[in-house]
Amino acid sequence: MTQQKIELVCPAGSLPALKTAVDHGADCIYVGFKDATNARNFTGLNFDPKAMREGVNYAHARRRKVLLALNTYPQAHNWADWTAAIDRAAEFGIDAVILADPGLMTYAAKTHPQLRLHLSVQGSATSYEAINYYHERFGIQRAVLPRVLALAQVEQVIANTPVEIEVFGFGGLCVMVEGRCALSAYATGESPNCNGACSPGKHVRWEQTPKGMETRLNGILIDRFGDAERAGYPTLCKGRFEVNDETYYALEEPTSLNTIEMLPDLARAGVRAIKIEGRQRSPAYVAQVTKVWRAAIDRVLADADHFTVQPAWMAELDKVSEGRSHTLGAYYRPWK
Amino acid sequence: MNPTQNPTSGPAPGATAARTPNTLVTPGASPDMTLAAKPTLDPISTRIAVGPLLYYWPRQATLDFYAHLADSPAEIVYLGETVCSRRHELRLDDWLDVAAMLADAGKTAVMSSQALIESESDLKTLRRIVAQADFRVEANDMSAVRLLGEAGRKDWIAGPTLNIFNPATLGLMMEAGATRWVVAPEMSGGAMSALLAEMPARPETEVLAWGRLPLAHSARCFTARHFNLQKDTCEFRCLGMSDGIVLHTREGEPFLTLNGVQTQSARVHNLIADMAQVAHHADIVRISPQGAHTLDVVALFREVLDGRTGADEAFQRSTEWMVERACNGFWHGKPGLEYHAPGCA
Repeated sequence: MTQQKIELVCPAGSLPALKTAVDHGADCIYVGFKDATNARNFTGLNFDPKAMREGVNYAHARRRKVLLALNTYPQAHNWADWTAAIDRAAEFGIDAVILADPGLMTYAAKTHPQLRLHLSVQGSATSYEAINYYHERFGIQRAVLPRVLALAQVEQVIANTPVEIEVFGFGGLCVMVEGRCALSAYATGESPNCNGACSPGKHVRWEQTPKGMETRLNGILIDRFGDAERAGYPTLCKGRFEVNDETYYALEEPTSLNTIEMLPDLARAGVRAIKIEGRQRSPAYVAQVTKVWRAAIDRVLADADHFTVQPAWMAELDKVSEGRSHTLGAYYRPWK
Repeated sequence: MNPTQNPTSGPAPGATAARTPNTLVTPGASPDMTLAAKPTLDPISTRIAVGPLLYYWPRQATLDFYAHLADSPAEIVYLGETVCSRRHELRLDDWLDVAAMLADAGKTAVMSSQALIESESDLKTLRRIVAQADFRVEANDMSAVRLLGEAGRKDWIAGPTLNIFNPATLGLMMEAGATRWVVAPEMSGGAMSALLAEMPARPETEVLAWGRLPLAHSARCFTARHFNLQKDTCEFRCLGMSDGIVLHTREGEPFLTLNGVQTQSARVHNLIADMAQVAHHADIVRISPQGAHTLDVVALFREVLDGRTGADEAFQRSTEWMVERACNGFWHGKPGLEYHAPGCA
């Protein structure tokens, strides 16, 4: 059987990162505007209109696609900002918009019927019934699966939907169903759903204390590190907490998702695109990760049956992993 | 507490009997009713709903809880397993029996669907919930929305995990047959009223007013993880943890609650002191079941809504029934774990 093409979808939080991704072999680059319309609304990140135009031109000149994440949920008072972002996406020649909000999909489908729609991971669609709802109602052509399904469940989804399925291959790991997590909102008032931010930097405090380096989020102690430990960013689901007098990573370790060893399985399952997380990361990260995944995907497309993970790939990826470690996440049942 | 004991304390003395619902938009009502904001507050018109049981209690404790609820002033009761498909003290048929019992007692029973759908067997259960015609369905995932649409149901409730944040999305859900929406807990009162102000037709609006906040769902079971077990072989360790397991910061501050695959707040979202404001916009307030005193809480909300008890006194009385300190930040547009006195935006 001929292997279907698998697109490599890479992140870019800046124009240099976009160019780097293109140069290192990304098929698609996903980006966001400099505002709350996307789920990586961080200071100093993302694209203003000028950078967006240049980025689209750069990618299109090299026959690559640019996808725009508009994957937060607008509210009554800021609705017009999101629809304006969709209008701009159409105007700039963006290849697809990645949406989570059904109301916004209605607007996009009605106003720009030629604009290709992807369902964001923030849409929390974990079954073919949910995905098919978005397909029938708004004509979405691709869905990004939340990081909750085991491989057999991914196969089941693919077998029952005409929608292309994109899965996360590498990067920061949300341990919660995306789009259904209000932990950051609970602690800081800023939510991934409405503000496009999780554990935002302006609420973070690092403090050297006699007990060690303490990291806090809006005053809440997320972790404390000994001298020999590398203090990580206080993403609140990846801190150490006490449960019944036991102190441990109660929700998840600071670790990255890395599914490279499953690539042949994902290909056989019919996955159409692999997404790399990390629009907030540097162009160097984008270069490193894109290069490795390009090589791996090319190898799978050439001969999935004889695919082996190169030790050099893993070494490269671990260097840029959160906590310098990786997991298969929910793809591997015992993780659950 | 020991969940094998009666998890309720019975209806409080003086609790009123169930009243005839006073709805703004009844299911099937003409959608041209223009109700940008609810008319001047008649506190009595706001009804009390008891949300789905989020914890895993032993079968008898669960049945006892609902038997007591039949005599409470709660008018609407949401039933079914919404958190984890492995929980089976009550199967779907048992839940339907409980629903029938409550309906006989004059309550409106609603079958709630699971928030996180992962497997074909989850979908099978969902299809059965949608196929039964005796009770309305709370859709907690878009899979449920699709199946309800396919079945031509026009009387369902858009649950709190559907991420309805703007008029366009709420309008879509109504077009698809929703007649009520349960506001996402993270949405502020201000954002909710701004949304409703733009609706050409207003659905019934339900606001979570009491209980630990459901904050997140995961494929991973954090209770099993705590016991170094995997979800597939979890030994049902969450059974009997009547209010979940509290997670503290390393400074001993209660922060979150582990409830299987669900993560909740440690603090208790308590809007009893905000009732004047809440009832101005909400047709229904939701009480989330907890290990003890749920019925006391229901009765107290009824007293406040009937104008028999003032907000300050009610809040003071409610503190003894809270498993942890109060929070209401979400309602006030602040971090959810904060508590703000009513009137402070």
